[in-house]
Amino acid sequence: MLGLFWEFHGGVRLNRHKELSSEQPLAVAPIPKQLIYPLQQRGGRNAEPLVAVGDTVLKGQVIAQDSHPLSAPIHAASSGVVTAIESRAIPHPSGLDDVCIVIDTDGEDRAVRFRSLKDFRRSKVPTLRQRIQDAGIVGMGGAAFPTSAKLNTGGRAIDLLVLNGAECEPYITCDDCLLRSWPERVLGGAAILMRVIGVERCIVAVEADMPEAAKALEAVRIRDGYEHVEIVKVPSKYPTGGEKQLIQVLTGREVPVRGIPADVGVVCQNVGTAAAVYAAVTEGKPLIERIVTVTGPGIAQPQNVLARIGTPIAELTAFCGGYTPQAQRLVMGGPMMGLALPSDELPVIKSTNCILVADLAAMGGEKQPMPCIRCGACAEACPVNLVPQQLYWHSRTDQLKKAQNYNLFDCIECGCCDYVCPSQIPLVQYFRAAKGRILAKQGEQRKAEHARLRFEARQNRKEQEKREKAEAMARKKAALEQAQAAAAATASAPTDKEQS
Amino acid sequence: MRFAVAASPHVAPTNSVSRIMQQVLLALIPGAFAMLWFFGAGILINAVLAVATALAAEALALTLRRRPLKPYLTDYSAVVTALLLALSLPALSPWWMTVTGVAFAILIAKHLYGGLGYNPFNPAMVGYVVLLISFPKHMTSWLPPSGLSDVSLGLTGAWDIIFHGQYPAGVDADAVAMATPLDTMKTQLGMGRSVSDIWTDNRFGVLAGRGWQWAALGYLAGGVWMLKRKVIDWRIPFGFLGGLLAISLFFFLMDPAHHPYPTLHLFGGATMLGAFFIATDPVTAATTVTGRLVYGALIGMLVYIIRTWGGYPDGVAFSVLLMNVAAPMINYYTRPRTYGHKP
Ligand code: SF4
Ligand code: SF4
Repeated sequence: MLGLFWEFHGGVRLNRHKELSSEQPLAVAPIPKQLIYPLQQRGGRNAEPLVAVGDTVLKGQVIAQDSHPLSAPIHAASSGVVTAIESRAIPHPSGLDDVCIVIDTDGEDRAVRFRSLKDFRRSKVPTLRQRIQDAGIVGMGGAAFPTSAKLNTGGRAIDLLVLNGAECEPYITCDDCLLRSWPERVLGGAAILMRVIGVERCIVAVEADMPEAAKALEAVRIRDGYEHVEIVKVPSKYPTGGEKQLIQVLTGREVPVRGIPADVGVVCQNVGTAAAVYAAVTEGKPLIERIVTVTGPGIAQPQNVLARIGTPIAELTAFCGGYTPQAQRLVMGGPMMGLALPSDELPVIKSTNCILVADLAAMGGEKQPMPCIRCGACAEACPVNLVPQQLYWHSRTDQLKKAQNYNLFDCIECGCCDYVCPSQIPLVQYFRAAKGRILAKQGEQRKAEHARLRFEARQNRKEQEKREKAEAMARKKAALEQAQAAAAATASAPTDKEQS
Repeated sequence: MRFAVAASPHVAPTNSVSRIMQQVLLALIPGAFAMLWFFGAGILINAVLAVATALAAEALALTLRRRPLKPYLTDYSAVVTALLLALSLPALSPWWMTVTGVAFAILIAKHLYGGLGYNPFNPAMVGYVVLLISFPKHMTSWLPPSGLSDVSLGLTGAWDIIFHGQYPAGVDADAVAMATPLDTMKTQLGMGRSVSDIWTDNRFGVLAGRGWQWAALGYLAGGVWMLKRKVIDWRIPFGFLGGLLAISLFFFLMDPAHHPYPTLHLFGGATMLGAFFIATDPVTAATTVTGRLVYGALIGMLVYIIRTWGGYPDGVAFSVLLMNVAAPMINYYTRPRTYGHKP
């Protein structure tokens, strides 16, 4: 299974800390007292609530929907009453509050009737797509891109489905746990996705140090006859689990800039997403729960937990034995790309793969930045082959054009450069800020442009009106003159004759 | 519960500037010991004097610039500069020369440009060249390596010469001064002798000058250790030595009588010190992957050109400084192709 791989440039080897959570069996979290659903979907638009305060909702009921193709419906994960639709802190890099639907659960877990599809192999592809869309499935590896949108490849020729089980961030083991617990769901999901996309070949990629996951998959693959699926172990290097890096490692193909994997014939989905697709299609079950790794030295009993989406993190950490004295920073996601949260009252969302709690020292809290010594370690570590040192220089001095010329927007914010920098410069922070400033500027420019166009349009309209008025007047005048002339002509007809 | 937030990545740093510099200092040890062994205690006195001057100058500059002292004094970059310069100076250089060179390196070449990370030129080499141009005679008179002369100075003898310009009874300045092997080779070739003829002089060993070749091997060992520990990247030293070897071998094969064995270039003069410790100074070198190879190779070739046709017997300092100027341009033209972009 370990064959030849295409290397991607850069990357780093990290301390993995996976044993903390991977050695425990999957635990099932109880129904939380409250469920919180931010309406903020991936990118700008908010979903529209379909419920009002006071409504009783059932497990699996759609509580928010949006017609936008890049969003997915939200379902209640248990039964209860909607007690608030209000602005609250949400797990989002902006750090701003946003509208959330809050449900107080009743503990009865009454559900809507899920409609199961007995044999997906005979269902029509549009039916399958609709099911995936209706189930509110998004990419579960962290990006939260709506799966149905990703399956829409715009007519490109696709020859490979990749299921991403290469969990390259330290501490996170939820995919490993999923693959070991439910390999048949993942492979079932693979079969559905292959049918939807219309491909004959699928690779499930796991990391080299997930032998049990690979074994479990292999067993099901042989038992259930998934001949077109290959299980591949990829080297444990960060960020091998990045979509583009993984595609490069497996196929040697490079997704063009501003392109998508489909441009090189690949569709890539997280293994968790595949399992969710399987549940949605065969059981009619929407995405209302997921496996979350709750881990780190700040947690008394690190483990993988099957948790309802919407569960407040505090309830999840309490279920895992509560905090230890080391609990100083709360991160949603892994240490390299995860988001530090201000409070554990924030909820688990669809893309929450990990809740990591640790002390500041372990998380690089005491960095003492020194000037850049141009050692080039950052460029060597960058998986996208950027020159972070130049990006830093231009971002810091606000030369945004130059930063863009050095391909700032190709930075995937993986943190490799930051990690290896001997001067301990918070590089990613600079890049993020520079991107933000550029986008803000572009937004302003767009607005200004918009205003200018509007102004010009009004100006044009006014002129047009003026012109039309003038023309109408002229026409009227001409008509009048003509009429007068005609009248005069009839009156003086004899003279005319005389003249002729 | 509430938590303080911070930006990702949330991992402890793996490296630091001071750690890199400490490893460079460690790697200098074998070469420095060889120098000490062959050229006597003057080397040690120079080194101590240089380090003390460097730290004082660094502290002064930081105070004037209102920068915190501790993080910068403990980054060891000033110590590295001081040692590199000290090891390039003749063993019996008068104390004021060492002090001047180091102070110039730190105050002018480093801090005038903005301190650590901002200096466009390698400070140690700036200091060296300033001394070379100002005091050419002092800078080219080296002690004969031990075993080649009867004079044995010891620590006090070296001390007296360095600090008081006093030579022990029965020894005069000419008795302790001697041209370097590279210098000898150049002058003798100019006088029409052939390489093999010159090499019969007992100041030459198997690879290069006696004593000198051992120092070179010491620096090579330290350099290899740094490569293994990934303190430095292989491309600059490889380019440097490769470029020098290529060009010296070419001329040697063309005309072996008038062009010295390539080993003299590789293991003579400041080649190994330059390839592993000086050209690799990250601040002033080219930083892109390809750029480093080019940068190293060009330095190597320049070294040969200056040694063979230039006015100075050794050309490492000039070559490094010249290529420092070219580094930004090399970086610009060797930018890597970003993932997903067309070549
Ligand atoms: S790793 Fe840090 S110190 Fe080295 S070049 Fe990059 S930004 Fe500068
Ligand atoms: S954060 Fe950006 S610049 Fe740094 S290594 Fe990752 S992709 Fe490269």
